[in-house]
Amino acid sequence: MNDELLNILGSVVLNATPLVIASLGETITERAGVVNLSLDGSIVLSAMLGFVAAYSVSQSGAGSEISLILGVLAAMLAGAIVALIVAIGGIALRRDQVAVGFVLTLLAAGLAQFLGQNFTRIPGPTVPYAPISLLSDIPILGPIFFRHNIFVYFSYVLIFVTWFWLFRSRRGLALRAVGERPEAAFARGVDVNRQRYVYTALGGALVGLAGAAYSLSIKPGWATPPVMRGDGWIALAIVIFGGWHPFRVVLGAYLFASLRALSTVIQRTPEISISPVLLNLLPWVLMIATLVMVSSGGVERLLRLLPRPIQKMTRNVLRSDPPAALGTRFEAK
Amino acid sequence: MDIELRNIHKWFGSIHANNDITVTLKGGRIIGVLGENGAGKSTLMKILSGFQPADSGEISIDGKPAVYHGPQAAIANGIGMLQQDPLDVPAFSVLENFLFGLSLNRKEARKRLVEISQRFGFDLDPDTPVANLTIAQRQQQEIVRLLALGVKTLILDEPTTGISAEQKQLLFDTLQSLARQHGMTVLLVSHKLEDVIALCDEVIVLRAGKLVGDRQMPATTQQLVRLMFGQEFAPPTRERVPLGEPVLRLDGVLLRDKRLTIDTCTFQVRAGEVVGLAGLDGSGQELLIRACVGLVKPNRGSIVLAGQDMTGKPYRHYLQCGIAFGAAGRLEEGLIAGLTLTEHVALANETDPLIDCDAAREHTANQLALYNVRGRAEDPIEQLSGGNQQRLLMALMPEEPLAMVLEQPTRGLDVDSASWIWQQLLARRASGTAIVFSSADLDELVAYSDRILVFYAGQVYEIDDASTVTIDDLGHLIGGEFEGSGAGRRLA
Repeated sequence: MNDELLNILGSVVLNATPLVIASLGETITERAGVVNLSLDGSIVLSAMLGFVAAYSVSQSGAGSEISLILGVLAAMLAGAIVALIVAIGGIALRRDQVAVGFVLTLLAAGLAQFLGQNFTRIPGPTVPYAPISLLSDIPILGPIFFRHNIFVYFSYVLIFVTWFWLFRSRRGLALRAVGERPEAAFARGVDVNRQRYVYTALGGALVGLAGAAYSLSIKPGWATPPVMRGDGWIALAIVIFGGWHPFRVVLGAYLFASLRALSTVIQRTPEISISPVLLNLLPWVLMIATLVMVSSGGVERLLRLLPRPIQKMTRNVLRSDPPAALGTRFEAK
Repeated sequence: MDIELRNIHKWFGSIHANNDITVTLKGGRIIGVLGENGAGKSTLMKILSGFQPADSGEISIDGKPAVYHGPQAAIANGIGMLQQDPLDVPAFSVLENFLFGLSLNRKEARKRLVEISQRFGFDLDPDTPVANLTIAQRQQQEIVRLLALGVKTLILDEPTTGISAEQKQLLFDTLQSLARQHGMTVLLVSHKLEDVIALCDEVIVLRAGKLVGDRQMPATTQQLVRLMFGQEFAPPTRERVPLGEPVLRLDGVLLRDKRLTIDTCTFQVRAGEVVGLAGLDGSGQELLIRACVGLVKPNRGSIVLAGQDMTGKPYRHYLQCGIAFGAAGRLEEGLIAGLTLTEHVALANETDPLIDCDAAREHTANQLALYNVRGRAEDPIEQLSGGNQQRLLMALMPEEPLAMVLEQPTRGLDVDSASWIWQQLLARRASGTAIVFSSADLDELVAYSDRILVFYAGQVYEIDDASTVTIDDLGHLIGGEFEGSGAGRRLA
């Protein structure tokens, strides 16, 4: 395989990382029955706060490691707080989660631009490149997956931990039950709303981490308009696209990043003359097409063209029912 | 295990749902809990099983006072409840659902699940998704789960609704074995007096929040009805209304949905005729009913309403031509949660683009009085009890439709409300309205129908004269034993 292709694939993995982390965070939240629609604003806000915290700490003379760690923590805290506002609005104040989340998206993004206005376009600390010895020497896989930084490696771990927690642990049973049938969870002694607070905050913290992954690694620094604007919506779409299953969600994130990379490559190839503006639309069009197909039964029609034994298996993989109690309130009577 | 309830009180707003209830429930017995809708039996059972706290009163178990909050704590005290809609998680597999809340690992849980299932002859595959189970199987897995949790008193809320005769027998055998061999206390909350008579050793009866009876079985239906209502109901007298012209006609109709096919059904309903549709849930009666009102389009054949070809016309057109439809899901399809009673009446009657509020209020007040709806005009609809919702649905229907098509019009209603609904229906029939209704209650089908169509897996069997059929015959027919039955003929 030529080096250029490996480079591109490696960059796909790197660029997909915030999407992977944010969409896994949202998957956890939604599995517990809460829709945190504030993703887009909350990524932007936490990216800004992460950068500003790391920058300010490093300015005060602290080492770069300390400042990065504090930056990441600040970003995660910001994400968790925004998510908790959604949860409090939806649970304690009995408001519509979608409405609260949507308004918060706008608020958080605006707040980020306001608070960050003195910190634009200045260099700050970034998370260092850290290839993993041995693993990075594996042909093909090494350059693609193991010549990155700690954010990327963490996202790998997160994928498996999320899957294991959801589908193999006892607490995961409770988590899923809270999102599917809170009454049943309550009858088994689960404090439904507490679980929802916890997993919404956890999911939010991961969204914040995704923000930090932008401002401390992939698109270092802070600028207006924020470069990661829009990615929160994509992460939300990826969760649906991924059928609330961690593996498929991750697949969606990588697919999306690949399409973006493809459009960049095509733009650089002089033989193909397509307007770059049009090319940038490609991932969106594909995503909409997929969402429409998944939700309209179009998939079912396509499936019927397949041979029977494969049909059933594919149908299972493509199952995409949202958690049954998603976005609803639960009150023990 | 003996449970003693002392001076239990529970208020919901101004309603005294449980009024000073004191009763002792002895171990090793099957005890029926009777009462009409709103009598307070569900409230009492929810208090006992920890789903609701009592406002005052004491519970003691085997002579020791027991205070617990929440269903989990009740289970720890040995009391578990099987809800009418079992509290399982449809997205889980049977094994996951069993495991959830139990302190066993997967392997042990699987073993335990299979072992308990086999003991009672339950057919539960640990790896099936719960969403694919029938109601009876969901009850079975809930019973298995509660047993694994060490429950010694089992409360069942209307467990025989929506399950077949065979499954009911299995359930009853299980309950009997639990009480007789395992010394468990079984509390059976039921509307169905025949179930209570068949199974229970003792009944306690609630009326308007008070305990009005505690007696040993056997007792006759009449005695139980008198306890529940303080009076006996005369069985409805069947009167024949001279039949008029055919109103609704299905001609060689082929209906198909995801699960079943009704192949070539031809039948007609005449003015003043009552046709009952019998069958277990999902046998095809729902499909036929929905075809009669244009909600399902036939794949073949035609539907004629009063001489007019309606095939393929939209639902709205059916309504305009004089069909009235009442869906089984009252709050899901019939009424609009969140709208007030007045708004419902206005929506059903007004044709003006603007609502005349005063007129609507006045009209609503009249309708509420006329249809005996207990509720305030400005209340949202979901605050009414099931019986009152059904009455309001009746009030919203046109006065003299050509035909009324009703899905389970008395589902979940007590004897009193149900008989009121039927009075209304029969009055409309007397003025020439044709009635097509489905029901899970065999008594109701035999009592009110002129003709019965029995559905089994998409097959249709017609009983020409419903007065000649017994409940027992009907029970066999809905189980699919069409061959050798002399009561009628096969339609499709």
